Amino acid sequence: MMRHLISAADLTRDDAVQILDTAEEMARVADRPIKKLPTLRGRTICNLFFEDSTRTRISFEAAEKRLSADVINFAAKGSSVSKGESLKDTAQTLEAMGVDAVVIRHSASGAPYRLATSGWIDAPVINAGDGTHQHPTQALLDAFTMRRRLVGRDAGLGQDLAGKRITLVGDVLHSRVARSNVDLLHTLGAEVTLVAPPTLVPVGVETWPCDVSYDLDGVLPKSDAVMMLRVQRERMNAAFFPTEREYSRRYGLDGERMAKMPEHAIVMHPGPMVRGMEITAEVADSDRCTVVEQVTNGVSVRMAVLYLLLGGNESAVSHTRTEENK
Amino acid sequence: MSKILIRGAQVLGGEAQDVLIDGETIAEVGTGLSAEGATVIEADGQILLPGLVDLHTHLREPGREDSETVLTGTRAAASGGYTAVFAMANTHPVADTAGVVEQVYRLGQEAGYCDVQPIGAVTVGLEGKKLAELGAMHDSAAGVTVFSDDGKCVDDAVIMRRALEYVKAFGGVVAQHAQEPRLTEGAQMNEGVVSAELGLGGWPAVAEESIIARDVLLAEHVGSRVHICHLSTAGSVEIVRWAKSRGIDVTAEVTPHHLLLTDELVRSYNPVYKVNPPLRTEKDVLALREALADGTIDIVATDHAPHPHEDKDCEWAAAAMGMVGLETALSVVQQTMVETGLLDWAGVAERMSFAPARIGRAKGHGRPVSAGEPANLTLVDPAYRGVVDPADFASRSRNTPYEGRELPGRVTHTFLRGRATVVDGKLA
Repeated sequence: MMRHLISAADLTRDDAVQILDTAEEMARVADRPIKKLPTLRGRTICNLFFEDSTRTRISFEAAEKRLSADVINFAAKGSSVSKGESLKDTAQTLEAMGVDAVVIRHSASGAPYRLATSGWIDAPVINAGDGTHQHPTQALLDAFTMRRRLVGRDAGLGQDLAGKRITLVGDVLHSRVARSNVDLLHTLGAEVTLVAPPTLVPVGVETWPCDVSYDLDGVLPKSDAVMMLRVQRERMNAAFFPTEREYSRRYGLDGERMAKMPEHAIVMHPGPMVRGMEITAEVADSDRCTVVEQVTNGVSVRMAVLYLLLGGNESAVSHTRTEENK
Repeated sequence: MSKILIRGAQVLGGEAQDVLIDGETIAEVGTGLSAEGATVIEADGQILLPGLVDLHTHLREPGREDSETVLTGTRAAASGGYTAVFAMANTHPVADTAGVVEQVYRLGQEAGYCDVQPIGAVTVGLEGKKLAELGAMHDSAAGVTVFSDDGKCVDDAVIMRRALEYVKAFGGVVAQHAQEPRLTEGAQMNEGVVSAELGLGGWPAVAEESIIARDVLLAEHVGSRVHICHLSTAGSVEIVRWAKSRGIDVTAEVTPHHLLLTDELVRSYNPVYKVNPPLRTEKDVLALREALADGTIDIVATDHAPHPHEDKDCEWAAAAMGMVGLETALSVVQQTMVETGLLDWAGVAERMSFAPARIGRAKGHGRPVSAGEPANLTLVDPAYRGVVDPADFASRSRNTPYEGRELPGRVTHTFLRGRATVVDGKLA
């Protein structure tokens, strides 16, 4: 296992499957009356959030606390990409306090990479989303959710997503979730298709290991999972698309469109959803939609990542079981 | 002034000859010249070039003396073999009045390491709205002939047209930083395969090419001359080539870093590679080399852009754009152009001294190495191999993309009007 988790592209198939399998073990902990493991007792983890985030920050915090780590939360209001408290100063302050790992969310693409490679800090760095670059734990929780739904909870252990057809729809250009998912899903053997208006597909996408389509209706019948990406309304003002209604008509997922998907196929969304824009309430609230499960799975996956990066190599819950059996 | 005899140097890379400097001028060029009364420099195997001229330097004074001053910048220039540099106008205050350009000119004269020719801003405050007093700057003691809003593009077509027309009165030239502002909002690096993967805002080639296309047509329409700063794409080369074929009076420059480095380096997220225009692709690099070789691109200009450590030791998006270049330019040109067989040393002299002096009307610079000419000379040891160590720089800033790289060639001596500013590779 690597030292840092910066990009989903850094994970091999075996790394990824190991994380997913470990996350399944972690998920069992959530089913117990006391949802806590002593695994990271005495270790200090800092959540360094330079960009507003609710669900990711809470998810990491829950994961850290379930592993009994000491948690420091640092939230810098607004963006650090201005003079004042620099990333370097903050990192060195944390280092001086003796943190064992840093979880970082930043509006600047590459900030976690800089933190991990610039010598400012020794601790492992986990990227909780940087600019429009990567959000690897999101891709891992998405893959975890897909494996459970499309392969099976127990049948999935040790398995990847070979042959599964996954479609990502929406603002690929500005989406770190899309980039991480394309990398990880490809590593896990899935076939990925991106669907978006051409204005929201990056120049240079031709080198990505995926297909690109502008026609959602043509792709839906051939999808095992459809992941809707958030589309911010303000993109309209920058002329990425003419109007909100036009976007919804062409790329939004409503009940009628969902009916074109195969019986077993699922609808995913990383959240937060813009209901009425990329997804209708009807779809969001249907039992095909995994949005809430994704949040639950996020905690398990982040527990697995923290455990493995901080030196876990045996089964994460086995020695706890022996304690229980005493 | 004493006499100096440079013995056995290959003048412009040609036959070994002796060059006798007497006072401020070259007294004699020949073989077996007498060394009587002269300090002798044995220059076997070394190349003697006319003193290099940089049409695009940022000296940062006035305003950002923490990154560079006229003194430190001209010391860096001398170290790199330059005897004249053109100082860009984006200082604080902006060099948009006779007063500021005269101050910069005077600081250069006082420093004494190389001639500083200020470039005047095209528009007041570089704001692109209102023409600065171009005539007053030309008529001032600084004698400005080159005007540029470099760092920003003169994007208003009417303002650009007027500037091109106006400078015809005194033989000036407008040097354009070609960057369409709307197409480059939030731009962080070249738009392409790497930016798509890294999630950094794209700076598309078309944002440069569309402005160049517009400006060569404007120059043609009003019968003026235009100079294109730091041309960086294969498409820009094609446009300039077409413009020249139509007889349009356009000249163009390329930076050393665009001749060597590509956007693949940005994968490191190390802001030392952050520059404007951004590093492009391998295809662009090869097209730029070819264009410099065939004369489509007229000159090499450094775009020496010093920044203090804290402006680079941060995340990519927060970092300043620019690289220091004066002290490595000749070595990079030797590696990319001479050692690849694209240019001989006479070609280097043309691209780094004769042509830039012509474009900028630099008096006494870019002159032939022959008797009676001002003794502005650069002596280079092309066999030298060394690893770039920014700690050795004379520049106040260290933001070089070449740290730890081996580059060929070393400037052993620089002479400014017969006075050595560099001796044995060290500042005199």
